[in-house]
Amino acid sequence: MNVLDFARAFFSDSAHWHGYDGIPTRFAEHVGFSLEALLIAAAIGLPVGLVTGHYGRGGNALALIATAGRALPSFGLLVLMFIWIGFGLLPVMIPLVVLAVPPILVTTYEAIRSVDPSPVDAARGMGMPEARVLFQVEVPVALPLILSGLRTAAIQIVSTATIAAYVSLGGLGRYIIDGLYQKNYEKVVGGATLTAGLALATLVLFWAASRLTVSPGVRRSG
Amino acid sequence: MTKRYPDGTVAVDRLSLEIPDRAITVLVGPSGCGKTTTLRMINRMVEPSEGSILLDGMDIRQQPVNTLRRSMGYVIQNAGLFQHRTILDNIATVPRLLGWTRQKARQRAAELMERVGLDTSLAKRYPYQLSGGQQQRVGVARALAADPPVLLMDEPFSAVDPVVRKGLQDELLRIQDELGKTIVFVTHDIDEAIKLGTMVAVLRTGGRLAQFAPPAELLSAPADAFVEDFLGADRGIRRLSFFPSEGLELQTSPLIAIDADAAQLAGRADAPYVLVTDPDGRPLGWSEPDRLTAGAVDREQLIDHGRPFVPGTDSLRTALDGAVLSPTGWAVAVDGDGRAVGVVSQQVIGEAIRAAHRRVTHGAGVEAAR
Repeated sequence: MNVLDFARAFFSDSAHWHGYDGIPTRFAEHVGFSLEALLIAAAIGLPVGLVTGHYGRGGNALALIATAGRALPSFGLLVLMFIWIGFGLLPVMIPLVVLAVPPILVTTYEAIRSVDPSPVDAARGMGMPEARVLFQVEVPVALPLILSGLRTAAIQIVSTATIAAYVSLGGLGRYIIDGLYQKNYEKVVGGATLTAGLALATLVLFWAASRLTVSPGVRRSG
Repeated sequence: MTKRYPDGTVAVDRLSLEIPDRAITVLVGPSGCGKTTTLRMINRMVEPSEGSILLDGMDIRQQPVNTLRRSMGYVIQNAGLFQHRTILDNIATVPRLLGWTRQKARQRAAELMERVGLDTSLAKRYPYQLSGGQQQRVGVARALAADPPVLLMDEPFSAVDPVVRKGLQDELLRIQDELGKTIVFVTHDIDEAIKLGTMVAVLRTGGRLAQFAPPAELLSAPADAFVEDFLGADRGIRRLSFFPSEGLELQTSPLIAIDADAAQLAGRADAPYVLVTDPDGRPLGWSEPDRLTAGAVDREQLIDHGRPFVPGTDSLRTALDGAVLSPTGWAVAVDGDGRAVGVVSQQVIGEAIRAAHRRVTHGAGVEAAR
């Protein structure tokens, strides 16, 4: 049997489409964790990135934090948090957020920094208050890059959220871990396929968001 | 006022200027002379270390900084347009900041597009779809949108090619004739300064004022060697731009129409050259009279007549230029419709220049003829 056969077997088994271990439930759980982790990471990364980028300060400190964040192995952190905190959502959220903050933070900072200084100067010279300079001049132009940081973070979260299953939480990782344990490769392949599909869907979603929110004047000149 | 940076660099050194109302004051000088810093102190983008700036007798620091900036149009090099906004919304920026409704601001923006010579069909375009010259016009329109009494322009035309730049300069002079703003204009180009300025402040490296004078005075009496050097080698020629060409004694005898008969031709036989015109009187070119045959003048054989000038409208510089360019040494004078009204020799222009110099030295006013 090859991978395609495993996948076909997994998805055609009607038992996999119902109940607490059914695909809809696991899918919803996975999307739930991922969304929560992304929102928390964005709530940290975006404001810090925007403010440091706007004032052009703290770039070195950010690079340091980002490198440290990337160097931390998510799985190790998960186990550590699990031992320390115990069962629950928190030990899962911490590694996911730690994973997602650096790309959001660093890309947002860089995106704002790389905005052409002359419109910013013009805006200030016309008497635009600082907050408006940031949100009405810098952010619209930096938006494609900011979105790309969020997209990278989202995809990393979606792929990494499978580890939640190790600490007995749900999500699509359940199939992979249980499948490996039970030597049920249909399940492993099914879980992996679903995770990959979700990551692709995330890509498409961000592409659509960028089409909707980025001004045509920026899209084509950038 | 003075601007000293924390590292000890003095950008502007005890500069004191009185900028005239409703006129163009140009700050000109080499790189590092503090001209841009001076301009940016007027809208408080840079705060002076010492001294103060008074606007209509009131210290500019007495009002909130953003209120001050909204009352001064600001145009920068490369225009600095907002690439995510349409042309119309770019121009509407300051009215929107002032709390106008979107509709009213856009209506005003559309009016300004016409005023600066932009086709309103560009309103919904984005900056990247416009040429450099068009972008700079949008920059000027945006600065004028809320009808500010003061306009600050920081090297606005230096990034466009010379032909477009000339168009923008002429447009600015035309707009200024209509609106009468108090304009402070920074440039490193002395020709631009002389063309646009009612008053020109020449600054030298280190932020010190070298001379503050009307352009004609700058050219006739540079304060020192630095100013003289900065004006360039041909300031005498350039000064002629400020002498009007009216009153030049024109000769009409060398004019002859292409369809002239043999008798008329014979009457010109002793002139060294004659200027052949078409039946409407427009100049075609010079010829020696004995090479012309009545009724069979070959246009191809005529000698190019150079660039004609319009007496009264053009300056002595244009007239002299025409005479120097003409192979015969004579300049062609035409009326507003391009019909030849006479010719004038280099000698006569030379006389007129000497007369104009005498008038200036005797204290008579110089009429600027641009």
